[in-house]
Amino acid sequence: MIANTLPKSLQDNPRLDQWLAFRPGGAVHLKVGKIEIGQGIATALAQIAADELDISLSRLALTAGDTDAAPDEGMTTGSMSVEMSGGSLRIVCAEVRALMLAEAATRLGRPAAGLAVEDGAITENGAPTGLDYWSLAVPLDRAITGAAPLKPRAAHRLIGTDVKRLDLPAKLNGAGFLHDMVLPGMVHGRVLHPPLIGARLIGVDEAAIARAGASFLRRGDFAAVLAPNEAAARAAHAAARPEWQGGRPVTHDMGEAAHLVGQPAIHARFREAPRAEGERVSATFSRPYISHGTLGPSVAIAQYDGAHLTIWSHTQGVYLLRRHLAALIGLPETAISVRHAQGSGCYGHNGADDAAAEAALLATLRPGPPIRVMWGRADEFTHEPAGTAMSVTIEATLGADGLPADWVTTIWSAPHVARSHLACMLAAQSLPDPRPDPEHHDPHPDGGGGASRNAIPLYDIPNLTLDVHIVQRPPIRTSALRGLGALPNIFAIESFLDDLAARAGIDPLDYRLRLLSDPRARDVLITAAAMANWSGRWRGGEGRGLGLGLGRYKNRSAYAAVVVEVEVDTEVRLRRIWCAADGGLVINPDGARNQLEGGIIQAASMTLKEAVRLGPDGISSRSWADYPILRFSEIPEITTTLLDPGDVPPLGMGECTMGPTAAAIGNAVAHALGTRIRDMPLTRERIAAAL
Amino acid sequence: MAVAFTLNGAAITVPAEPGDLLIDTLRTGCGLTGTRYGCGEEQCGACLVLIDGAPAHACGRETATLEGRAVTTAEAIPAAIRDAFLAEQAGQCGYCLSGMLVAATALLARNPSPDRAAIVEALDGNLCRCGSHPRIIAAILRAGRAA
Ligand code: FES
Ligand code: FES
Repeated sequence: MIANTLPKSLQDNPRLDQWLAFRPGGAVHLKVGKIEIGQGIATALAQIAADELDISLSRLALTAGDTDAAPDEGMTTGSMSVEMSGGSLRIVCAEVRALMLAEAATRLGRPAAGLAVEDGAITENGAPTGLDYWSLAVPLDRAITGAAPLKPRAAHRLIGTDVKRLDLPAKLNGAGFLHDMVLPGMVHGRVLHPPLIGARLIGVDEAAIARAGASFLRRGDFAAVLAPNEAAARAAHAAARPEWQGGRPVTHDMGEAAHLVGQPAIHARFREAPRAEGERVSATFSRPYISHGTLGPSVAIAQYDGAHLTIWSHTQGVYLLRRHLAALIGLPETAISVRHAQGSGCYGHNGADDAAAEAALLATLRPGPPIRVMWGRADEFTHEPAGTAMSVTIEATLGADGLPADWVTTIWSAPHVARSHLACMLAAQSLPDPRPDPEHHDPHPDGGGGASRNAIPLYDIPNLTLDVHIVQRPPIRTSALRGLGALPNIFAIESFLDDLAARAGIDPLDYRLRLLSDPRARDVLITAAAMANWSGRWRGGEGRGLGLGLGRYKNRSAYAAVVVEVEVDTEVRLRRIWCAADGGLVINPDGARNQLEGGIIQAASMTLKEAVRLGPDGISSRSWADYPILRFSEIPEITTTLLDPGDVPPLGMGECTMGPTAAAIGNAVAHALGTRIRDMPLTRERIAAAL
Repeated sequence: MAVAFTLNGAAITVPAEPGDLLIDTLRTGCGLTGTRYGCGEEQCGACLVLIDGAPAHACGRETATLEGRAVTTAEAIPAAIRDAFLAEQAGQCGYCLSGMLVAATALLARNPSPDRAAIVEALDGNLCRCGSHPRIIAAILRAGRAA
């Protein structure tokens, strides 16, 4: 038997008609599992399909993320959408085009080789044949073979061009989000969230809820108000004054990554090598808990008619959410439909799925009307799963040449990936008989890793050892935040390398190049350094500094090198940022640049400002005033360059700049101050302490 | 109680009890979803509208105070400004953009060709989590050049 070499998305969804349908009136309906989260995927996929099918973009309609109408491609995460969905769609569209041409050749009695497609019409030597995709109507309920050749790069018309985002016009016209959806008879729910994990509800002001025009629903410790409109739900939620008892204790100090070190954990040794002999150096780096900080709160609508449950959600994975809801509510999966609608940018596992579960539970407790749940800002800060704090210690033995002869990394982290565990859903923790805590293991770095993501340096470093400890019961819920461990790990590696370069008295750029044989990594590094005029300026000092950072996301996706120029007095001011990236075949260069810039700014914000604060009542950062992020006045000029490595496959670019940006800021600040800050964020207090 | 004001150029009268917020009147009462709920605490700018030409947070403004005023929402900002945002592809998820458009409209009305510093100052209260800031600045510079 020949092994099936089709991409996983196609193996899981093996028929052409699961991906594509021709509709009357000359339209083409694409169905994909990867959803738009502001990264421009809908536009990129349309470009790919239009090119392989030889049709214009305007013919395309897209359904993304629908358990009734679109394929299961798992989660939209990890910058995998263009690689996975795009690759699969290309194969499907090429195959459909080839089938249509073969059928046309049969009907015309001509060789298929002489036929071509122009905007869906079959032509011969440029002349119409009277046939088109719609009149040919070749049945698509057949298995995908992957046998049709894909177009070579030279034949692309739309791939590689700056097609404008298809979803932006609606969003600039006051529409486009799930938040805007209104269903007839819709009522509004707000759930009372326990401040601490596992806290039990012992009292609530039901009279005040009634006065606010809302009703009160409860099952176990899952309690909610239900009101005829959003404003009344908000008022009733504020009036409810729930009293809670018990729960996993939290203190202020638990917000520090150092608190994780030594807690009960599951340990994995992902790499092991003998130690070298010689001088040893070590340092510990850290990042605190980080909020996704989604600008628009999590929202969901659910409706249960007594037999079927329908949910509208901005989840990153409709099928996984359906699986969880089926188990949570006790309905078969076939009785549940989950439809994706767009939300505010999520940057990982935020409150989207939790809001969906809350709406679904309320709908089954109160069958009939559509029930909308929208979180408040404080819910968003205090009850979404945060990106975990992480402590990274690196120890190396230096050879006579000043280069590392071995490298030992030890990581302490809470879980980076909790989405697959139903027990980790907020609502599941409040229902009667909550499920036991699952065991959290770190995903293996060879598959992308979690805490271990990018923990293995991109450099030619011998004798690596990598130990990862995943703390099982952290003070707060944690799950996937854009890039998982990549940001803290690249921050640690690149900071450590800079310090080694300083010990050896070598330009940090030269030091890296001595350790770097990957030609694509060298290219982005050299390019970014040249953009910043690195050679003459890197030494810095007197409050000014230049720093660089390099990474290849997941050690197998896009490459990025970032140079940052800072000014530091009592705090850090970003002056300029340069970035060179290599994402292989780029479907939409302007879209890719938008993603690079976005990643740079978000990483800069995390590096300079962000930390979720904890206290006895759980998370004490409750508003933007408590959790500042980078503002317009703090954003420097940013210049990006996309390298063209030739005809190589696309690599997701959404997350590749984050680690290198954090590292470059850390290094620039170290050059400006003459001393290094190893704990993020690099705040005024930390600068004062360092000086 | 009823309040009469001008909404996007048209006279309207809406019911308004004390405590009713403009954001709810617009989104729920009038179906104008361009005014976005971000924080409800006057801290993010997603809900910005113009009241008599000046930017104001609809999440912090009682509808009852609007008698005789002129309210302009994101739906009614000049097409040239929206076009400049599209031309620069200024946005990622797009959730912040209504507020950005409104803030830009107010700025351009008093300073038709703002420089970068003026734009940064005028938009500093508007948060964007996606990091679309450079493109939003470019879009307003473009709209200013076109003016
Ligand atoms: S929603 Fe009004 S400022 Fe955030
Ligand atoms: S584009 Fe997403 S918040 Fe600004």
